[in-house]
Amino acid sequence: MQDSEIQKELTEKEEQSAVAKVFNYRLVKEKTAGGLMYILTIASLVLVVVMGIGLYLKSAPIFEEHSLGELIFSSNWRPLKGQFGFMPFIAGTVWVTVVAVLWVLPISLLTAIFLTEYAKSYVKKYVFPALDILAGLPSVIYGVWGTLLIIPWISNKFAPHFVDFSTGYTVLAGGIVLGVMILPLLVSLFIEIFSSLPTELRDASTSLGATKWQTSKKVVLKKSFPGIMASVVLAISRAMGETIAILMVCGNLPEVPRSILDACYPIPALIANNYGEMLSLPQYEAALMFAALILFVVVLVFNVISRVILYRVEKSYA
Amino acid sequence: MKIPFLDKLFTTSELLSNATPDRKFVSDNDSSEISVENLNLYIKGNHILKNLNVQIPDKKITCIIGPSGCGKSTLLKTFNRLIDSVEGLNVDGKIMLHGKNILSENEDLTHHRRKVGLVSQRPCPLPMSIYDNVAYGCRIHGIKNRKNLDKIVEHYLKAAGLWEEVKDRLNTPAVRLSIGQQQRLCLARSLAVEPQIILADEATSALDPISSKTIEELFVNLKRDYSIVMVTHTLRQARRIADYVVFMYLGEIVEAGEASQVFENPQNELTKKYLEGAFS
Repeated sequence: MQDSEIQKELTEKEEQSAVAKVFNYRLVKEKTAGGLMYILTIASLVLVVVMGIGLYLKSAPIFEEHSLGELIFSSNWRPLKGQFGFMPFIAGTVWVTVVAVLWVLPISLLTAIFLTEYAKSYVKKYVFPALDILAGLPSVIYGVWGTLLIIPWISNKFAPHFVDFSTGYTVLAGGIVLGVMILPLLVSLFIEIFSSLPTELRDASTSLGATKWQTSKKVVLKKSFPGIMASVVLAISRAMGETIAILMVCGNLPEVPRSILDACYPIPALIANNYGEMLSLPQYEAALMFAALILFVVVLVFNVISRVILYRVEKSYA
Repeated sequence: MKIPFLDKLFTTSELLSNATPDRKFVSDNDSSEISVENLNLYIKGNHILKNLNVQIPDKKITCIIGPSGCGKSTLLKTFNRLIDSVEGLNVDGKIMLHGKNILSENEDLTHHRRKVGLVSQRPCPLPMSIYDNVAYGCRIHGIKNRKNLDKIVEHYLKAAGLWEEVKDRLNTPAVRLSIGQQQRLCLARSLAVEPQIILADEATSALDPISSKTIEELFVNLKRDYSIVMVTHTLRQARRIADYVVFMYLGEIVEAGEASQVFENPQNELTKKYLEGAFS
């Protein structure tokens, strides 16, 4: 009798400890997983900082012989003579980006308004995947498309109205190609912003007798203004970093462009074209690293600005 | 609360009729404002409103009561055709307003919606100043004159009992007002386009008790000049202010009649049970 009771007690204890073991194992797994993911998240953040520091250290040699102001504002780009003026590249980047945003902003706003305010759901069903495909195309395809279609068009049809001769490899070509690339990004950002507005807001306007267009213009656009700004900033920062497609259509001439029919040389194209070639000149390498640093800082700042605005917008809607 | 409503020196309609000369704001002497005839409404094949027939009286408060999901709000949205934005919509029947079927396709919707104001459940100020919120409706209908707009804004903010609280900060964003104030602003905004009917979709359910009392009192005062149709979940509110009651259940009108009669002596067993609180 006693023996069997003891036996029973023992088996119960064994079972309990087995359960405890499994339980502990689960806990260990849980903690490891949590910790690991935490470390990985931190690592990716640290990576950004490390990249920034790395770029700065690598570009440091150039500051020994040139001041920051000289580097940024000088237009003399003669690497072999030790002259590194980044103005042509900064100007090129700004020109191309501005041209792209200028023509794409109205189009993407109207597209997004159409899709959120006017379109029936079956239209959305086909347009949304198409936008995703556009956004996902490798940029080299845009570059090829620009070279095959846009360049000849500018050279033969558009430019002759304004100048005697143009190769077609111009700021305009870069702006058009870049615009097409950021179009899907802007449209999908705008759609997200517009659809986050409460329906009651539209109903309030509609029930006063406003047309859809009046409602879109005076209520939807107005209410979304901060969000629109943030999206544009985000799109700009994306556009400034775009490399391959731009490199293929801009002409890559290190001069400050004076019109949209001049060739230009945006910063990413400069880096992609030259890095790895003339590294025998330490100053040249440092100069290219400095170009990368400029891009890095500008894109980082723009991203942060747009995130901050978007965050505030989301909070104010909630 | 005193509503300075009888001392109307002018009406927006005078100004609006300048913009659209064919319009005339005179409510006829019909005892019924809206008359619904054989109304059936389907959304994506679902029968939402089932063969409704009801007369909504002029210059009275009509409360539509009934459990959630019975089609109260849908019916209300049909009155100003806001329901049009719903996809897969199919409506047949008639809704007559002053002898015109508002469901007929060729009706000018913006024109019709102006005659039917809406106060929604949650106050929804437009993203602009207090002044611009009230002036918005007039502006989209073509009144540009600043003096006229000033008069309209003041008049209707007074009508909504908000003037004294906001007269010194008309240019501040409307979202800074309290919820109760916002709802009165929305009311003023609806009134400013001089509607004949005011639809209220649970207009007090998001408000604190004092604010909702204010809105209720406003409605009672407003029925002198407007027909008010409100959806409410609060039976006590309906008892307090309704002149006419429509009880809906599962997309059908079970009972409709004078408030006293429906509340004191409901004819239908279902109405009786609902009023007793057997279901909600």
